[in-house]
Amino acid sequence: SNVACIRSLYSAGVIGRGASSSPSPSKICVIGSGPAGFYTAQHLLKARQDIVVDIYERLPVPFGLVRFGVAPDHPEVKNVINTFTQTANHPRCHFYGNVNVGKDVSVSELQQAYHGVVLSYGAEANRSMGVQGEDLAGVYSAKDFVGWYNGLPSCRELTPDLSCDTAVILGQGNVALDVARVLLAPLSILKKTDITQPAVEALVHSQVRRVLIIGRRGPTQIACTIKELREMVNLPGTRPEMKAADFAEVSEALKDVPRPRKRLTELLLKTALEVPGEKEQERRNKATRTWGFRFYRSPIEVFADAEGKKISGIRLAVNKLEGSGEGAQAVLTGEVEEVSCGLVISSIGYKSLPIDPSVPFDPCKAIVPNTLGRVQQAKGLYCSGWLKTGPTGVIATTMNNSFDTARSVVEDLNSGTLDVSTEKPGSQSICALLEQRRVKPVSFSDWEKINTEETRRGEAVGKPREKLLSVEEMLRVARA
Amino acid sequence: MALVSAVRRIAQVRLRDLCRRSTVAVAVSPGACVTGLRSFTAGTQSLRSDNKVTVNFINRDGEKITVKGSPGDSLLDVIVNEDLDFDGFGACEGTLACSTCHLIFDEDVFKKLEPVTDEELDMLDLAYGLTETSRLGCQICLTKSLEGMVARVPESVSDIRQSNDGTA
Repeated sequence: SNVACIRSLYSAGVIGRGASSSPSPSKICVIGSGPAGFYTAQHLLKARQDIVVDIYERLPVPFGLVRFGVAPDHPEVKNVINTFTQTANHPRCHFYGNVNVGKDVSVSELQQAYHGVVLSYGAEANRSMGVQGEDLAGVYSAKDFVGWYNGLPSCRELTPDLSCDTAVILGQGNVALDVARVLLAPLSILKKTDITQPAVEALVHSQVRRVLIIGRRGPTQIACTIKELREMVNLPGTRPEMKAADFAEVSEALKDVPRPRKRLTELLLKTALEVPGEKEQERRNKATRTWGFRFYRSPIEVFADAEGKKISGIRLAVNKLEGSGEGAQAVLTGEVEEVSCGLVISSIGYKSLPIDPSVPFDPCKAIVPNTLGRVQQAKGLYCSGWLKTGPTGVIATTMNNSFDTARSVVEDLNSGTLDVSTEKPGSQSICALLEQRRVKPVSFSDWEKINTEETRRGEAVGKPREKLLSVEEMLRVARA
Repeated sequence: MALVSAVRRIAQVRLRDLCRRSTVAVAVSPGACVTGLRSFTAGTQSLRSDNKVTVNFINRDGEKITVKGSPGDSLLDVIVNEDLDFDGFGACEGTLACSTCHLIFDEDVFKKLEPVTDEELDMLDLAYGLTETSRLGCQICLTKSLEGMVARVPESVSDIRQSNDGTA
């Protein structure tokens, strides 16, 4: 029957080790195999020798946003996969892909089978702008657009229309800049990444020459980090196109801010206002594509052309700031302006969704309410990653918050708050349930087959990997 | 256990070595170390042993760990080669794409280090507990003049700060 399951029963000591005198293991399962899931598992496995960790993943492939979120031209960030692979290959860790928790198996069934359940399934939805015209063709969420060029199966059919000159991105975080880079970067760079082949082909025919990245507040509130800004500044074939007026009073505000904000703002100022040196001027003169930030603007309406089908522009409210620094508020001035564009990508944040009515969920913050990773009023239930904190921060942030959650689990094991005196069946009973429901999990070695195939296909076209684009194909390769 | 960790270490070193060789774009910083010349054979090691540099790490529990590294190795290399167990350290494997190899130095040592690049500062800006004498371990190359240096691994985000961040 199920190889993935049988293998895990051996290593968990359920079968094959008759005379084992060691106490039965503490069984913990982790839902979601992105950075939060893997970093939580890593810390749990290290902290106690008696912990067995099973990781459940909805897709047949692991690594979540490292595979489907991290920009294709950031392969260095994906090096974390090497550590995750070591964790997955740990004798006390097992991966069950292709298992949709909440549908194939419920959270309460997992709670019955395990001593502890860690929710690490991230933030799969996007915050909506809530403006008129949001549903027109030509308006996409960054989540879908990123999913499309990164090969997320559910975004395969997106095929965005790139036949316009100007694209508008709403939001100024790192995802917004990832999208801007993918729209503007020379194909000679992108072609060597693991971006999907359909995305490469669409970008070959792209007419987009100008990308405006719009934020509600000012330059000193910009959400991106400096690495991503510097990449834009240095992006070959492009030049910045800013409005000097947006930067009035900014240098004054620089005095008492912490170093990261200060350096970021200084780079912004330099890019926007400084007269470039000869070499940089020459580079800018040769550029065929432009990008720029627009500050103090909120979207009001995306509007269509005469036929009403394709978008032709966006109406923006002009804001002013009340207060200063990180807490400054954007307030409407009553002034309105229009920007012509044929593509709008809203990148105003990801959003977690509730997984099961039995699990507490704060709909306002879109997180699972928790204290240091312990889900409130739900013993034995924990959360980590973006589901715990909201969708912000770089991978190191998620690493630290996942370690913290794992520490809470270990503390509860040590103190007896998490009761492990009763033996739990773990994956044994879950695999039986899945078999009844005709769900066949994908093991980590099945994933290795997909990995090998993707790498092989990539090699043939000079890319590190050519991703399989549908769940069906992933399963076919995994089971070959 | 010892065997398992030894095997894991070998795997880790090989993996890192492979990554370095295949990722040409890694050498962003003039401060980055020459790693291609390293050899892991016992013979070479013993020949070079008197040439080694003593490094003291202070881990997150405040314990001092003294190891030796070869000139030209980065501090991240030393930590990996010696299998030092600093949780989550060096997540991007020395490619200047994260800040998890953040180390804090005494001022006199800090002054002796090679100049910092903008790209390293960019990543340092995202590090927890950034100080005036912080650097990334992947960018610090061992030299004889650093003999006996002390490098402190900063505490990861404290629980209290985490809960503040989490509710922000």
